[in-house]
Amino acid sequence: MSTVLDSRSFLRWCWRQVTSMRTALILLLLLGIAAIPGSLFPQRTQNPIQVKQYFVNNPDTARFLDQLSLFDVYGSPWFSAIYLLLFISLIGCVLPRSIEHLKAIGAKPPLTPKYLNQMEHFTEIKSVDLDLIEKYLRKKHFRIRRDAASISAEKGYIRESGNLLFHLSLVLVLIAIGIGSLFGSKGDAILNVGDRFINTPTSYDILGFGKYQAEDSLAPFSITVKEFKAEYDPITNAPLDYTLTVKTANPAGSTEKTEIIKVNKPLTYGSTKIYLQANGYSPVVIVKDKFGKVVFDGPTTFLPQDGNLSSIGAIKVPDMQPQIGFVSSFLPTADRDPIRGGFSSYPEVLDPRLLISIWKGDLGLNTGIPQSVYRIDTSKMERIGLKALALNETYNFNEGSITFTGWKSWVNLQIINDPGKGYALLGAILAISGLLISLFTRQRRIWVKQGEKTQIAGLAKNGIPGLEDEIKSLVKEIGNER
Amino acid sequence: MNDKSAALLSNYFIYSAMAVYTLAFFAHAVEVAWSVKTPAVSVKKTTLDFSRTARVSRLAAAFMILGFALLLIAVVLRGISANRFPLGNMYEFSITGALTFAAAYLFSLKKYKVVWLGLPVSIAILLTLGSAITLLYRPSAPLVPALKSTWLVIHVSAAIISGGVFLLANFIAATYLLMDRYEQKGVRPVWAQKVPSLEALDNLSYRLVALVFPLWSFAVIAGAIWAEAAWGRYWGWDPKETWAFITWVAYAAYLHARITIGWRGRKAAWLCLFAGSTFLFNYVYVNVWGTGRHTYSGL
Repeated sequence: MSTVLDSRSFLRWCWRQVTSMRTALILLLLLGIAAIPGSLFPQRTQNPIQVKQYFVNNPDTARFLDQLSLFDVYGSPWFSAIYLLLFISLIGCVLPRSIEHLKAIGAKPPLTPKYLNQMEHFTEIKSVDLDLIEKYLRKKHFRIRRDAASISAEKGYIRESGNLLFHLSLVLVLIAIGIGSLFGSKGDAILNVGDRFINTPTSYDILGFGKYQAEDSLAPFSITVKEFKAEYDPITNAPLDYTLTVKTANPAGSTEKTEIIKVNKPLTYGSTKIYLQANGYSPVVIVKDKFGKVVFDGPTTFLPQDGNLSSIGAIKVPDMQPQIGFVSSFLPTADRDPIRGGFSSYPEVLDPRLLISIWKGDLGLNTGIPQSVYRIDTSKMERIGLKALALNETYNFNEGSITFTGWKSWVNLQIINDPGKGYALLGAILAISGLLISLFTRQRRIWVKQGEKTQIAGLAKNGIPGLEDEIKSLVKEIGNER
Repeated sequence: MNDKSAALLSNYFIYSAMAVYTLAFFAHAVEVAWSVKTPAVSVKKTTLDFSRTARVSRLAAAFMILGFALLLIAVVLRGISANRFPLGNMYEFSITGALTFAAAYLFSLKKYKVVWLGLPVSIAILLTLGSAITLLYRPSAPLVPALKSTWLVIHVSAAIISGGVFLLANFIAATYLLMDRYEQKGVRPVWAQKVPSLEALDNLSYRLVALVFPLWSFAVIAGAIWAEAAWGRYWGWDPKETWAFITWVAYAAYLHARITIGWRGRKAAWLCLFAGSTFLFNYVYVNVWGTGRHTYSGL
């Protein structure tokens, strides 16, 4: 026996295993189980900070888990292996069936079996004209094969169509997800009210591209943040509504129009959407050096810490000698508490305070190590002052002065281009239509044979009930017409 | 009527519904207990005679309907008090969920004659309402911005209705396993003689799942469409999404096992229970202890 034949029959054996229903079922259950760890361990794609924290808290366990890709479950080799095998199995099962099904369009139902009395729902009635029965079945939209002394009728052919449509649509959804991750992009930009954003890679704070997305393919729009309004419930302090008003043009430089962006209402340019994701406050300060020269004037983005928007931030002034940094907190509505100290009691700016601790020395900006914009590494610095500033208050310290002149709101715009999502939606709609068709269509056959008496029998696919009543009403109807 | 009094009234209706469901529970218990007929000659030949308790049975059904009506009013009042659909936090999910569960039971009662299910169903509703109003209760309040969308009503109500029916299918699958065990050992105990045949139970739980599986798929898709509008991606493996996916996959496996491979009975019932428990896990664990973006329980 030649080895070619052996390997070929081995391949065929493999293919049969992969496309068998039992394998598909095991893969389907495996897929469900494999998805579980992703909800138990923090995931890099959703929560990179928590993953880092996990590494700090349990370094050994974390390294072990990481080797098993448990922090990237949905991109891991084993998860991918399961769903790719599942889809191969699905295609291997569904494609041949689709071809069969297409061939069967317009085909007549199979021949009437020889012995009807061995079939289900077998009934014998007095001899009836077959034409009458044929007419009745045609009226009920059965497909009919009429022979001299028998009728074979079938209905519910569309059940298989729905079934195949459902499974093929799932393949479309998978392809759409692939398109989105290969040809899409996703980025964040933090903008103060008044800022202008032009959609180029350098404007972003964070930007990620799909594997095959060219960097110059970003839609060329511009956005100017005009106004941001946040409403809060005065009793619970919970946010009620956020409204962002922008002026925008596509391409940048063309006529601007005013648009409103809300949490559930992104701005859309083709397959790119601009979402309002987060917001906070940027206190505005003026810093002067010893000689009264302005060395810093403007807003600094602060990071909200709680529902009342107590925020922390770092105002860095590298242009002074020595360098000065203000480790700060911003309280939109300041309040005091003997235990907690200063805190914010309402998310709107009603009575703002800027708490600063002033550090002098080396800000470490030239080390090349990326730094958090919200924090200062004070290891090479020395503290020279501490102060809570009210609005328009100035504080003089050894090296100069700082004045708290106001605040601006900032918004985090998330800009996402996902060219695949239209296809995903189409796939989902087709899948659910196919599912409805296949689950609610009954496929069944009815056979009629003329002898001394008229014999009737039927067969319902998957034993779905209802056929018995159908045959009963057929018998009754024919009986009446006679 | 101002918002506060509507919320208060809603609570009173919840308590009244609980009282009526308690009565329904007792009526169902009496129905089973009093139908036992023991002939004087031999204790072994105990049989059930439900003609003796037909009136109690009708009374129990009436209580189930009344309880449903009171619960419906409570849910509507809760919605009025907040000027929105009552789907904003876990207390509201729970009472609305109990309502759809009760509706699923009444529907099955009319269609499949499942009076015997009344006992466990009334207990389940009582437990849900009781834990909702004691542990999960939050004052009626407006929605946070992320929930201000028409998709809230579409997505959450589809999910809750699916959940109600999945749980009913779970009850029936569990009953199947219990009856199966009795029949393995010999004969069913007296109180269980009214419960339908194993085959009927098996078919009923399958039919409920097949009926509601498309709705669950729709709930997941509607959630994806909403997530795309609110969070910028239609799928992000958030814990809630992950578990919704697991539930979907588990029921898909159940349907394939039954339709294509032909699983029946014990294996199918266990798979059905597994799938249903992933839904419950999602509702309880992810809402209360979970992280991620679906943190609207208000706890």
